[in-house]
Formats: sequence, C-alpha cells, structure tokens
Amino acid sequence: MTLLSTRGLSKSFAGLQAVSGVDLDLRQGEVRALIGPNGAGKTTLVGMICGRITPTSGQVMFDGREITRLPAHKRMLMGMAYTFQITSVFTGLSVAENVTLAARRRVPHSGLSDAVTTALRRVGLSEHVEQEAGDLSYGHQRLLEIAMGLVQGPRLLILDEPTQGLTEAEVDRFKALIRELAGETTILLIEHNMSVVMETADRVTVLNFGEVLAEGTPDEVRANAEVQAAYLGGD
Amino acid sequence: MTATGKILLLHGGLLCVLFALQFVLPAYHHGNLARIMVLASYAVGYNILFGYTGLLSLGHALFFGAGMYGMGLSIQHLGFSPAPALLAGLIAGVAVSTIIGLLALRTVGVAFMIVTLMFAQAGYLTVLYFVDWTRGDEGFVIQQAQRILWGIDLSDPSNRYFAALLLFSISLLISLWLVRRPFGKTLVAIRENEERVRMLGYDIQAHKLGAVVISGTIAAVSGAVYGLLFGYVGASFTAVPHSILPLLYVLLGGTGTVLGPFVGTVFMFYLIDLSSGITTAHMLIAGVVLVAVTLFAPQGLVGELRRRLWRWLP
Repeated sequence: MTLLSTRGLSKSFAGLQAVSGVDLDLRQGEVRALIGPNGAGKTTLVGMICGRITPTSGQVMFDGREITRLPAHKRMLMGMAYTFQITSVFTGLSVAENVTLAARRRVPHSGLSDAVTTALRRVGLSEHVEQEAGDLSYGHQRLLEIAMGLVQGPRLLILDEPTQGLTEAEVDRFKALIRELAGETTILLIEHNMSVVMETADRVTVLNFGEVLAEGTPDEVRANAEVQAAYLGGD
Repeated sequence: MTATGKILLLHGGLLCVLFALQFVLPAYHHGNLARIMVLASYAVGYNILFGYTGLLSLGHALFFGAGMYGMGLSIQHLGFSPAPALLAGLIAGVAVSTIIGLLALRTVGVAFMIVTLMFAQAGYLTVLYFVDWTRGDEGFVIQQAQRILWGIDLSDPSNRYFAALLLFSISLLISLWLVRRPFGKTLVAIRENEERVRMLGYDIQAHKLGAVVISGTIAAVSGAVYGLLFGYVGASFTAVPHSILPLLYVLLGGTGTVLGPFVGTVFMFYLIDLSSGITTAHMLIAGVVLVAVTLFAPQGLVGELRRRLWRWLP
C-alpha cells in the first residue's frame, strides 16, 4: 500500500526553481533515502510534504487523502513526524520534558511516561533523562531530536540529516535503530552519509537541481552513471 | 525538599507575609501595598503573554480598561451592585481579549506590537468619544455607597487590603498553576521555538489565542477591581503609558517568572515614590536605576535570582 505520494510537486522562490515536478511514492513500511548535492532541493521537498512550505504547484497525498493545503500541525496529527536538520531541541527543558512535549499530542496520558522512557532507551539516552537538553553534547542533541520523532509513534518519520555530527559508534547505533523500525514505520531519510544510505534504505531517490535524477535500490543507484557524475564523485 | 515543595513554600510564604504585613504597616504603606497588589495582578496577567508565551503586547491598557469600564459603566448607568459589576468587567475582558486576539494574532513580531498598540489607542479614543457615558478624560467617581460588596465596605482601608490580597493571590495561583500544566509548558515551548512546536502537531494559533484571553482577562479583572477599590474610573487607565507599565514591571522583576511581576511592581512603585521625595526630576533617578538594573540584571531581579541561586524557580 502506498502511504505517501506526490505528483508534480514544485516550488519556486522568487523565480528560482527549487523543486520541479517531483513524483514520489512511498510504500507503507519502506525506508526511503533522499540524497543529492547541497542545494538540490531536498529540504524544500520534505518541507512541502510535511506542510512547512506551501508548494507552487502539485499535490501531496498521505494515507489516501489529499493534504496539499492541510496545515502542518494537522498533518502531524495524521501520523507524520519531522525531525529538524538544525537541532531544535528545547534547551531550557530537561531531556524527558522535551520528549514528553513531543509525545503529548499523540500518546494517551496514562502511557506517557512509558513511551518517553522507551523512546529514550531506543536512541541510547536513558542515562540523560533528567539532564537539561542544552547541556547535552551536539551528538546527543541529535539523538534527542530523533527520540522526539520516535515517541510520536509516527506512520511516516521524516529525518532531515539525522547523523550529521554523530560519532561513528552513534551512527552504528542509528543504523541499527532504523533497521529495527523498518517494516512498521515508513521512513523518509535525507542523508549525506553514504554508508547509512547503503545499509538502511530500501530505495533511494536522487535529487539534482530540484528534479528526480534517479530512483532505485541502493545498488542500482550506486551503479547509475548519471548519479555518479552528479553526486558520488565518479568521473 | 522537592522542587514542588520549595515552590509551594515560597509562594505560600509570600502570601502569608502579605497577609501579616497589614497589621504592622503604617497607613501610608498599607495603602500603597493594596495598590501594588492590584497592579501586580495586572502585571501577572501581562507576564503570561509576554514572559511565558513571548508575545510583546503594547496594548494591555485596553484589557485593563475593558474590565474597569465594564465594571464602572454598569454601576453608573445600569445601577449594578459590585458583584455583578465585577462579573460584567470580567465578561468585557473575555470578549475584548478574544476579539483582539483573533485580529492581532494574524500578525507576528513588531507588527503584533504595533497592532496591539493601535487597538489600545482606538479604545482610549472610544472612551474619550463617548463622553456622555464615560465623562471622557475627567472620568467618574464610584461613590462609597456603590462600593459595598456583600455588606463589606470596600472603601475601608483594611477591607480594601484584603480584597487586593485576594485578587493577587488568585492571579498568582492561576499563574503558578498554569505554568506547571501542559498548556503552560507548551506556551513556554512556543516562546522558545514556535516552528518546532508546530511540527510536533500543536495548533500554535489556538494556544496563542488562549494565552491572550487568559492574560487579557486577568488584566481586565485587575482593572475592574482597581476601579472598585479606589473608587475612580478614568480614561488615563486606557492610555499608552498604562500599557507600558506592566511591561516595565515584568522586565524589572523578571520575564517568565511567577514572582517577577510582583517584585517588579514593588520595586518600580517605591522607586518613583522615593525619588519623587528627593527631587521633582524623579523620573531622572528612576531612569538611571532602570538602566542599571537592565545592565546588571538583564533577566530582571527574580530572573537573576533564578540564574544564580534557585534554578527551580518557576
């Protein structure tokens, strides 16, 4: 079953075409990586999917419903979750309070503290529950950001460069986490770290100059000559 | 002791001290403190919007005035007794803050400041325009006979002190309760990072509107009580300076702290009171002290206390 699709999704900023005519289909439960050079329009595309950015034209469908004009917070309540590229945890609140804030719209009150504990355990922050989020290392703030996405029990989890700034061990842990979630949660992953893409994604979409350059399994994409030229650094 | 225990002890302690003070204070300071407690309630309301939600309104005098005139006009022209008149003030506050909230929240940042300022100015001009009803600039006095609530004469200093303390206690407890509730925590999160909260599935506009209405209604009730306790309703209470006052109180006391508005009000009130005893250029002294506080305690007095000593202060 298709959970998310876009048709002809485009966005231009003052004449600059950031994204043009993107068709995307995500099956329920798949892990999809979105890659492309800087400025290829990845964050803009994802912004239109989750409602942060209004498209110039095109459509977004989620769970069989057209949501192109739906406000962002309502899309989140339908089962999307979005984690930010630039770490946006609440630095003045404790780690637990951050995750609680993320959970409250989606998790019934009685299950709240269990859900928070579970999400923090999954990303490996159990020892930092009471710490103020602003005192965490950068890598740990990234993990907290992911926990805030996880705790919502989303049907579609959108991760914008989640492994940026993580140590190698944390990246390994992240890969394991994604593999654990795969199958139940549909994941859309913007990622620069190729080992993460190759090891976790079911399919990869390559964006270049706002257009879909290629789409396929990691191996297919890796073998694609155009992709190599545009992105992977082959000559 | 747990943080909750300390919080209850501190705030409960303050209310007990205020209760006890009336028996020892000389008449002059006794009267001042009653006035301060009503103004501090106004500032507590302001702080919910400015300190906790991060929305800077320059038009809160409109809400204070809505309550004051809702109460005053219904006594003057409809012959209401104080209890229903206070209720009228409260209803006027809810209505005005809902309407202003719906309109002003279509803007953000500097535009929100300007729009609230303009609405308040429109309110001030409305009071002046309907001079037959409001007696304009001159205002009107609420007679002693009209200020007897359930047999209690509110013009009597000690009754007045009690009433002011009751109002302040209620506002303080609402504020304390609110910031510990999920709704209040969401407001703080909106202040810190609105976009992030939106992307967690919260309806930002609805939360902001809620904050405007709660804040505006506390301001309105403070206005209604002020008019009733001190027996005067006048246009100056809806003018621009009266919108700036709670901003100053809150900035001095500490934005986003429950006790800040009270501390700021006491500080500012006595600063002007004492400096006007020294020189006629008292605003000059007040100005210098304000600059010094802003320089050395940029988070306000209670804010600084929280930063240095008591991290648990709400």
